[in-house]
Amino acid sequence: MGELTTPQEIVAELRDGMTIGIGGWGSRRKPMALVREIYRSNLKDLTIVSCGGPDVGLLCTAGKVRKLIAPFVTMDSVALEPHFREARKARTIEFAEYDEGMFMFGLLAAAHRLPFMPTRAGLGSDVMTVNADLQTVTSPYEDGEELVAVPALTADVSLVHMDIADTRGNGRYLGADPYLDDLFAKAAARTFLSAEELTRPGELGGPPQALLVSRMHVTGVTETPGGAHFTSIGSGGQRDESFQRHYAKSAADPEAWKAFEDRFLSGDEATYQSEVHKWHEEQA
Amino acid sequence: MTVTAEASRAEVCVVACAEAWRGDGEILAAAMGTCSVLGARLARSTFEPGLLTTDGGALLTSEPIPLGAAGEPEGWLPFREHLWLVQNGRRHVMMGASQIDRYGNSNISAIGDWAQPKSQLLGMRGAPGNTICNPTSYWIPRQSPRVFVEQVDIVSGVGYDKRTWLGLNGSRFLDLRRVVTDLGVYDFRGPEHQMRLVSVHPGVTVEQAKEAAGFELALPEGGDVPETRQPTAEELRVIREVLDPRALRDKEVTA
Repeated sequence: MGELTTPQEIVAELRDGMTIGIGGWGSRRKPMALVREIYRSNLKDLTIVSCGGPDVGLLCTAGKVRKLIAPFVTMDSVALEPHFREARKARTIEFAEYDEGMFMFGLLAAAHRLPFMPTRAGLGSDVMTVNADLQTVTSPYEDGEELVAVPALTADVSLVHMDIADTRGNGRYLGADPYLDDLFAKAAARTFLSAEELTRPGELGGPPQALLVSRMHVTGVTETPGGAHFTSIGSGGQRDESFQRHYAKSAADPEAWKAFEDRFLSGDEATYQSEVHKWHEEQA
Repeated sequence: MTVTAEASRAEVCVVACAEAWRGDGEILAAAMGTCSVLGARLARSTFEPGLLTTDGGALLTSEPIPLGAAGEPEGWLPFREHLWLVQNGRRHVMMGASQIDRYGNSNISAIGDWAQPKSQLLGMRGAPGNTICNPTSYWIPRQSPRVFVEQVDIVSGVGYDKRTWLGLNGSRFLDLRRVVTDLGVYDFRGPEHQMRLVSVHPGVTVEQAKEAAGFELALPEGGDVPETRQPTAEELRVIREVLDPRALRDKEVTA
């Protein structure tokens, strides 16, 4: 069962060198308040497992990442993530590149305590040559087919974000896509859940199929209003597109990034949220 | 002047993309890029009504919908189900590519040396699995020798020259169908499955198509390259009035 906690207490549970799974997909329903808390921490040498978006970019530019395990890093409406691109160009991170399907099978293996899951995805491509983690396996049956053995992507801690959670750590999403968040939760030794809104147990509402994350996999739960910002959230998948463009533009230029960092990331989460609010007023 | 003669290059491209799914029946038409998405929905609206198409998100819509519009769902296809469907195979995807070579190897991962790329792109995304598991076509809005390259820097999507390495089992679902660009239509029916120029779009010469390729293109038997077919009046009506009234296609292909 998830204990009621805070972003600060969650990040205090993390250690240098840990493998951290981050839920969401690209620039969609990312636990950004928790990511920002890591950004402000002294943590280092993390291995990040993520369908990457601005979470990966922020942690790369903050020097938190030793290794990234991901099938892509994108912000969807802005195709490329400047901080991630710079980290690759400057070779400041190790990168284990996956195909999307392989990545999901790696989480499925971890979630079900299997050493690997077999798939054809990856065969013949450079995923197999650039990613030293990957091996093949031969089918023991008559076909004798050679398949990729996608290793379990097990994490020490996963961080996922839901639209609504109850105080026990059960989580519900409002959009059309669960992404891989329940798998991230099951693939980790401990999972911390942040949510836009907390309710009392029994008051999550909605269709039962949307109750994606179970308290049995959750160690701590915290309420972070605006915690996915600027990534998409809610039933319509709303994203703060203008602020995302501001982030992307700033991230692509060192001076502009310093100004962005000073204004939005040097203070606490409340400062971030109020500065974003002010920024929008200035744009109006 | 007939109505069809007024088709823009983008509209010719949309129809050429749509043709990729002709004969596919009841499978998912997965598309990336404006003309490709329009092509999938146009094919379903006209000659390939069994196709399944999405709202660009997690929903399969009950009818082909205009770009950017919402539609009533007839099915649910979040990313995880999409990834399973790739393995299942009832899917023909039309992807983009930053580089593609004569055997259909494609790159969306990075430019330069993988270990320290000159330019990091999206990453592999689903290209390795797509190409090895279900039919794959490509939509390339701006053909140039920088895109049609002798050799891709990184193999994201698998090409036909990998068949020997893959063996009979590994390559049995490798099925690269066609490449549509702003200049013409290509398939992989050249010698040893090399890329072949199938047709050039109206107003484009064979020389232009060749010059915009960084490798030698195979030509149809006999050497005569036909013109890509013009949209029918009904296809133009569906594109202009139903699927893309804001003419977003003309922003992707300006010729």
